[in-house]
Amino acid sequence: MSRSSRASNAAQALAVLAVVTSTLFFALPLLGLLWRAPWARLGAELRTPEVRMALTLSLQCSFAAAALSCALGLPLAAWLARGAGPLRSLVRVLVTLPMVLPPVVGGVALLLAYGRNGLVGRVLESAFGVSLPFTTAGVVLAATYVALPFFVLTVEGGLRSFDRRFADAAATLGASPWRVFRTVTLPMIAPSLYAGLVVAWARALGEFGATITFAGNLAGATRTLPLAVYVALETRPDAAIALSLVLVALSAVLLYALRRRWFPLR
Amino acid sequence: MHDLFTSLAAALVLAGCGAPPARTVTVFAAASLTAPFEALAAAFEAVRPGVDVRLSFAGTPQLVLQLREGAAADVFASADEIHMARVVESGRTAAPPRVFATNRLAIAVALGNPRGVQGLADLARADLVVALCGPEVPAGRYARAALERAGVAARSVSDEPSVSALISKVRLGEVDAGIVYVTDVATARASVSAVEIQSDANVVARYPIAPLRAGQGGSPIPAEPGAAEPGGRGSDEQGVDHGADGDTEAFVAFVLSAEGQAILRSFEFGAP
Repeated sequence: MSRSSRASNAAQALAVLAVVTSTLFFALPLLGLLWRAPWARLGAELRTPEVRMALTLSLQCSFAAAALSCALGLPLAAWLARGAGPLRSLVRVLVTLPMVLPPVVGGVALLLAYGRNGLVGRVLESAFGVSLPFTTAGVVLAATYVALPFFVLTVEGGLRSFDRRFADAAATLGASPWRVFRTVTLPMIAPSLYAGLVVAWARALGEFGATITFAGNLAGATRTLPLAVYVALETRPDAAIALSLVLVALSAVLLYALRRRWFPLR
Repeated sequence: MHDLFTSLAAALVLAGCGAPPARTVTVFAAASLTAPFEALAAAFEAVRPGVDVRLSFAGTPQLVLQLREGAAADVFASADEIHMARVVESGRTAAPPRVFATNRLAIAVALGNPRGVQGLADLARADLVVALCGPEVPAGRYARAALERAGVAARSVSDEPSVSALISKVRLGEVDAGIVYVTDVATARASVSAVEIQSDANVVARYPIAPLRAGQGGSPIPAEPGAAEPGGRGSDEQGVDHGADGDTEAFVAFVLSAEGQAILRSFEFGAP
């Protein structure tokens, strides 16, 4: 067997494996959802006040969490990308932790920190009268907690592959650090910034465990789409499937709109 | 290439072969039954050697959902008769359900009742953070019925998915008061206190149990006419086919027996 035919066999095997994996894990579950969808009653299932409330809340909270992730995550990523050392390693572990922890554990941790009797929450409550659990702000906090790591790590990767010589050149020409960052660094890392925002948003949209644990489950205030799916699944499975389709469609539309940035299409 | 498919197929077949040993009884029980059913299973295994009782606890609606989607279970113990009726309708029960225990509601508050909750009427207080189970959960439905009977307008800050989720929020101090079962606060006595609900407003929760037949997922199985009495041993294809040797019926009978009832009573469940 010649070398080139062996290479093409390997390429073929790889393609088959890729197709099998994406069918088993990604296409079939989606097909299952479409197969059981109550198509005839879809409109009616979705035109209820509960669905509208959950959809509005989910959009508001996921965009708020993505914006917050960007505002808080950009400086963090910039600092992490600037070097190495034990402090940075420690911070990176802390940042990565919410990606690894089961979200329910994250929710409990948030309660112990920001709950009414929590480490910080106790002070917030007594000094400012602010209580986060069972509020929409609590939903945003829980979503940001799980989304922020995705933003930070994505942008840090972009910053690390950014050629600092461009920034150095701008600096030698007299630009202030802020101006260098704004006019040179930021445009050059824009793709990873964009990608970071998309993954952070997507993670925030799908957030369930930390939300139901920390923010609770109340229609109109903290019941986001994933929570609404969970509640409906037990009582009205058709409504749950309809809601799931909304989530799928919402994510698909956004990912499609951003495909140029996100998928390296030729 | 064929080798690849063969090994993939083999892997898939193997993955499906985590088969339990021959004599197991899989019991789906409501979350509020956790403590007594662990004790019941241990006692049953002691009197019937060679049988392994597998327990799966979740909120009753969650269990009904799993059964509807064809989960393999031999016994279903529900926290209310409404959810059991749905399983009966789907044709999965192998014998008519029987009520084996009752429960009542209580108000769970922080240990020592620091906020001075006296009864249901206090749940309308503006200075209290009150939560209930969601209306889809039996405990949540009972709680709302009790509040309605007492004429109390309480606002739930969060519709918790199960009694255990609600209790843990009371324990963490995020919720000042939550309506749960008497048996839940009895089990969690070390970390929460109970406030009694006056009997004219209280609700009696009835727990039915039934043996199941094999499910086929998705489409409901047509009910068999003239479903036999619990005594009628289901060794035929349509009957109870997991627990050979009548282990499934034996477990149900054990729960209803004097010994089983004594165990339930020790966890403060009421007589059927």
